[in-house]
Amino acid sequence: MIGNVREIGLWPVAKLLTACVLLATLLSTDPAMALETEPDDGTSLSEQFVRVVTLRDYNTRIVLLGTMLLGASAGIVGVFMLLRRQALVGDVVAHCALPGIALAFIVLEAVSPGSGKSLPGLLAGAMVAGVLGAWATLAVQRLTRIKPDAALAIVLSVFFGLGVALFTIVQSLPTGTAAGLHDFVYGKPASIIAADVKFIALASAVVVLICGMLFKEFALLCFDDGFAASQGWPVGLLDVVLLGLVVGVTVIGLQSVGLLLVVAMLIIPAAAARFWTEQLWLMTLVAGLLGAAGAAVGVLLSALFPKLAAGAVIVLAGAAFFLVSLAFGTRRGVLRRVMVYWQTRRKIGRHDLMRAAYEALESEGETATPLSPTELTGRTLHFDQLLGRRRWTPGRLKRLVATALREGLLRREDGDVLRLTENGAGHAARIVRNHRLWELYLIRYADVAPSHIDRDADRIEHVLNPELVDELEAVLAERTAAVAVPPSPHEIGTADAATETK
Amino acid sequence: MPQTARHAEHPDSSPLTIHDMTVAYQRRPVLWDIDYSAPEGKLVAIIGPNGAGKTTLMKAVLGLIPTISGEIRFYGKTYRQHRSRVGYVPQRESVDWDFPVSALDVVAMGLYRNIGWCRPVTQKYRHAAREALERVGMGQYATRQISQLSGGQQQRVFLARALVQGADFYLMDEPFTGVDAATERAIIDILRTLRDTGKTAMVVHHDLQTVTEYFDHVILLNMRLVAAGETTEVFTPENLRKTYGGKLALLDRVGHQMTMAGGQQ
Repeated sequence: MIGNVREIGLWPVAKLLTACVLLATLLSTDPAMALETEPDDGTSLSEQFVRVVTLRDYNTRIVLLGTMLLGASAGIVGVFMLLRRQALVGDVVAHCALPGIALAFIVLEAVSPGSGKSLPGLLAGAMVAGVLGAWATLAVQRLTRIKPDAALAIVLSVFFGLGVALFTIVQSLPTGTAAGLHDFVYGKPASIIAADVKFIALASAVVVLICGMLFKEFALLCFDDGFAASQGWPVGLLDVVLLGLVVGVTVIGLQSVGLLLVVAMLIIPAAAARFWTEQLWLMTLVAGLLGAAGAAVGVLLSALFPKLAAGAVIVLAGAAFFLVSLAFGTRRGVLRRVMVYWQTRRKIGRHDLMRAAYEALESEGETATPLSPTELTGRTLHFDQLLGRRRWTPGRLKRLVATALREGLLRREDGDVLRLTENGAGHAARIVRNHRLWELYLIRYADVAPSHIDRDADRIEHVLNPELVDELEAVLAERTAAVAVPPSPHEIGTADAATETK
Repeated sequence: MPQTARHAEHPDSSPLTIHDMTVAYQRRPVLWDIDYSAPEGKLVAIIGPNGAGKTTLMKAVLGLIPTISGEIRFYGKTYRQHRSRVGYVPQRESVDWDFPVSALDVVAMGLYRNIGWCRPVTQKYRHAAREALERVGMGQYATRQISQLSGGQQQRVFLARALVQGADFYLMDEPFTGVDAATERAIIDILRTLRDTGKTAMVVHHDLQTVTEYFDHVILLNMRLVAAGETTEVFTPENLRKTYGGKLALLDRVGHQMTMAGGQQ
């Protein structure tokens, strides 16, 4: 099943997107829906909540659809930008768009007064300026010895400064229709209308289609551009296409989240997706879904609370998804890492304790190894006896003993006097056996000096799985056929002895 | 014999002929007048101290960095014309192993050129990639994410990515660096199998002790070609001293002066 999905790549996603475009067209042209009115101011919050969540408002529906499509395509493109280590390029493109918008406004007003706020015109200006900015960044890096981060900072701030300067000029123009241009800085999803949604849907579909078709090419570019070049792939051209996608997503994102925050829509879903998967196609899918989900939550929240800046809410919703992924991500989430660490720590602690118990009993007895189960369960152990076997603090040993008592490996006779249970005896014998098999193997085949063997074996024995033990047994067949637990190949010392040899 | 190679004709059958190649970063030359013709069906080691230009040599013949002058031919044709006959194994450290792909995915990258633009990696190619992984003894790790492989295993994945192409001539950048004994054995076994089937491999190598055991030919490099030829003839203490002996400080200084002079213009 998974193999099939991988084989067809992102084609289903592209089809899905095409369906979305059709849906958007349908939704935005349905006259019955367009007749619905805005909610009265008198409605209560709960009524409004129901209204928003059930998408009864035509406007909410339009805005939601447009922003979700944008979120999905930004998330998908963001994956490649993140892996190409160009996370900030989107930010540069967005900031560089500002002077483009201002200039486009000035030019449009000059050509025909009053047409300054035509969206296609402004976005075209933004796009040209964004491409120029990205190109300027590359040029600064190539022609000088200025490092990429510095080049980004220089271009970004210069273009933004130019934009701010041009904006003051725009505001002093006699036409006075410049109000609303500032929405491009902070974003205003509510300003999205049906026509915009068609445009966004189309643009998103193109972006996702290109990502799907060039999926393996982009993957190779991001993983190993040197190898890609040696294979004859046009690395420069692929980078340009990727940059083009970023410019596209950024420009259509300007309207809803604004140029200051659009980079968040590119990078946050991709970074969040990485916590859930180790596979690129899945990461791309998850990033697209997270991008759409973040946008949806943001739009719905801002529809509920109209005073919140919607662009910022979208970004914050994305950040919430990111935090959840960081904590609970099934592959790289912090929680999983901590759990794996504690499981390992606990297992090693148990192994150490069981071996210490076995060896304490072994050193007491006069008989040759191995100890029988009855010998192991028949004698008692004192806490101090165990404490002397390894270099562990009394506190740590107490906790280990408490765990072992809970797990039924040890039984408390009286105070500090302990005894192995049957279960514990079996466990201890097996652990010691593995440990000594490994020691024997190291001495015989890896030429490790017996005085160092205990320490090395310690590190390995915790990761021995049944197959490895079988292999060890096969290698050491003649020695292990007779005895359940081979005698220790070195003097079993106490912690003090071990310290002296160091 | 070693020095006569410099003046030898470059036959079309040679997997790689380099004629008067000079490479420079900025203004500073790092490889001077390299003239070399690789013998077919042999394992060739490239040795030399750090900064001798070994990696640069590989990248330059593959066209990954520009050359100032010189002519490079693979089997008598340019690299562009004979790309599919040349397999390249870059240094393991050159990529981010935290990348979200499996070992199989990486090997399949060697087939992307055959698959072509915009087409998905089909079962047929995944099968070929798996076979290549099995050749390097990594069959059971096919679905492993690459960051969970040991350094040696990662190196073998890289090798498989070049093998899967079915090239005739292989360029390998330090495949033996930082690998475990099992990987070293696996790699040398594969190299010998390649040689036995008439293929050629040029390998940047660091361990001087194994040169005579592993390689038929050797190139001693330190910004210029110190010597090249059969290991038995060229791998001599005299040549090693020339290569590693620090007597090339002069060459280094000339390069530095050129940089300075250029900077003042």
